Amino acid sequence: MSDDHVYLSLAEGHDEGGDARWAFGTGFEDPLHGVDTAVPAGVDATELAATCLALGDDALVSAQRLAEWTTRAPELEEEVALANIGLDLLGQARLLYARCGQVDGSGRGEDAYAYLRDADDFRNVRLAELPGGDFAFSIVRLLVLSSWRLAHFERLAASPDPVLSAVAAKGVKELTYHRQYAADWAVRLGDGTPESHRRMRAALHQVGPYLGELFTAYDVRDEVVAVLAQVTEAAGLPMPAWRPTPGAGREGGHTEHLAPLLAELQGVARAHPGAVW
Amino acid sequence: MGRHFPKGLGSSYHGPNERSVGKWDSMTSPQSGTSSSAPPADRAEPELQRHFDDTIAHNQRIEPRDWMPEGYRRTLIRQIAQHAHSEIIGMQPEGEWITRAPSLRRKAILFAKVQDEAGHGLYLYSAAETLGADRADLTERLIEGRQKYSSIFNYPTPTFADVGVIGWFVDGAAICNQVPLCRSSYGPYARAMVRVCKEESFHQRQGYELLLTMMRGTDEQRAMVQDAVDRWWWPSLMMFGPPDDDSPNSAQSMAWKIKRHTNDELRQRFVDMTVPQAEKLGVTLPDPELRWNEERGHHDFGTPDWSELKRVISGDGPCNAQRMERRRTAHEEGAWVREAAAAHAAKQDKRREEGSAA
Repeated sequence: MSDDHVYLSLAEGHDEGGDARWAFGTGFEDPLHGVDTAVPAGVDATELAATCLALGDDALVSAQRLAEWTTRAPELEEEVALANIGLDLLGQARLLYARCGQVDGSGRGEDAYAYLRDADDFRNVRLAELPGGDFAFSIVRLLVLSSWRLAHFERLAASPDPVLSAVAAKGVKELTYHRQYAADWAVRLGDGTPESHRRMRAALHQVGPYLGELFTAYDVRDEVVAVLAQVTEAAGLPMPAWRPTPGAGREGGHTEHLAPLLAELQGVARAHPGAVW
Repeated sequence: MGRHFPKGLGSSYHGPNERSVGKWDSMTSPQSGTSSSAPPADRAEPELQRHFDDTIAHNQRIEPRDWMPEGYRRTLIRQIAQHAHSEIIGMQPEGEWITRAPSLRRKAILFAKVQDEAGHGLYLYSAAETLGADRADLTERLIEGRQKYSSIFNYPTPTFADVGVIGWFVDGAAICNQVPLCRSSYGPYARAMVRVCKEESFHQRQGYELLLTMMRGTDEQRAMVQDAVDRWWWPSLMMFGPPDDDSPNSAQSMAWKIKRHTNDELRQRFVDMTVPQAEKLGVTLPDPELRWNEERGHHDFGTPDWSELKRVISGDGPCNAQRMERRRTAHEEGAWVREAAAAHAAKQDKRREEGSAA
């Protein structure tokens, strides 16, 4: 084997334009390759844009909370897994924002949605924006949100919009893994030690007020309840109690936690107008 | 390796390169090993030593089950553990920027890169475990300050340009250090390095591409890039360790073929590699003595401030305390989770036993 390594060629072999393939290798499949981006007849573009925006916001805000675990996870395997889930959701957000920009008439790109809107323009459900909490809270939130999103994505895979349908079909595979990961940990923590059991109970109590909002948005209550019932039973935990709180993230009503989350997410981008990254 | 590695990781992993859960297997299975021809354990030590020396002399690899001198084993465990610790601590300087990255594309790239580093750490701890070390014990040693990590990660990352310069310099220097280690005499370490180097070459290119993009942006961005280059250049040169005449362990590691090149050789290679890249980028490297030497066929360059390296290694760098504190806090705050997972696994075993007994 030779030591004359390939890295010597870093500054060679690519044009001034900065070909992205050069830096990122090949094999990056465009999940929307070949999908027709025209809005089909009979699809309400305004409604489609609103759907994409709301689902994109759920994903981006969730990915941001998951990114906060970086270098803080309880074990290295969990560093890898939580990043994996965060990356999946970030990828979903990017596709959904791109679709939103195509159909809402604004022609905006993904970054305009992520970086140039304020908290009251975000449409994510409030459960996604609640502060990180401990590992038990993150697991319970992930279990609830991934079960809810998966049930909805399974329906959206049959959407008359070919782009949303393709995004949902790809997302179903990812969300199935997210739900499994969360369910496995919920059982471990519910069953593990008195301490972990106590923390799981507290986390289930904490999400209670934010569950009603999820089922106002999408009619998937039965599926989600069935998953939660199965997991909590296996974990020896009670079902979370529904305690609806007024307001809804889907209408732009948010907790006080969203604005600081966005300030962190958007700060650098907004501080450098005209910059390219 | 018997840990709860997430199911389905391989299928939904998004990083710049493919990774499969089964990667651990490829590391511990001997590929060019000498296990089959290893002498029985009851032979006298001089003969075992002779066999080991022959294996090294013939550039064959030592595998986990082969006899090896205690010093070789200890040196390798120390080196691999320090390497693993460096990957894990090295997540921090850049990890800070994932939530702040100024575009979704850069956010995804950085998130995947930091995830790769966690993967490298896992991979390297597993390599150390093939030598009889225990990951939990190695982690304790790191947290108690009994084992070191690369001093480079004790420098701060005040701007987003630092993310690009770390990719370019720090990953570049790591590659210079690690590519020769792909031929290290210890099989699992050599194979780990092949994988790590492949991923780090992506990271280096991504970092350089970020800088190219920023240099095409605003004056403010160009100034950010130059500032980051100025701050990271000398610490990056120090990544290759002290000069050869002040590197006590090098000779033995070279003889054992754990190391393949001296610190100064690798440093020279890094400088020669980086100068044309800096020109292309349009930045100045902060060394007035840096110039091409036609006679040597290499660049001459100034002497790093070795007293600074000593200070940072001994714990007195700008971010040593912060890095260790973060790692310690994560470990301590995660204790209840690890205990719960272990308790659940034990209960499950017991239930299975009771089930099969009934």
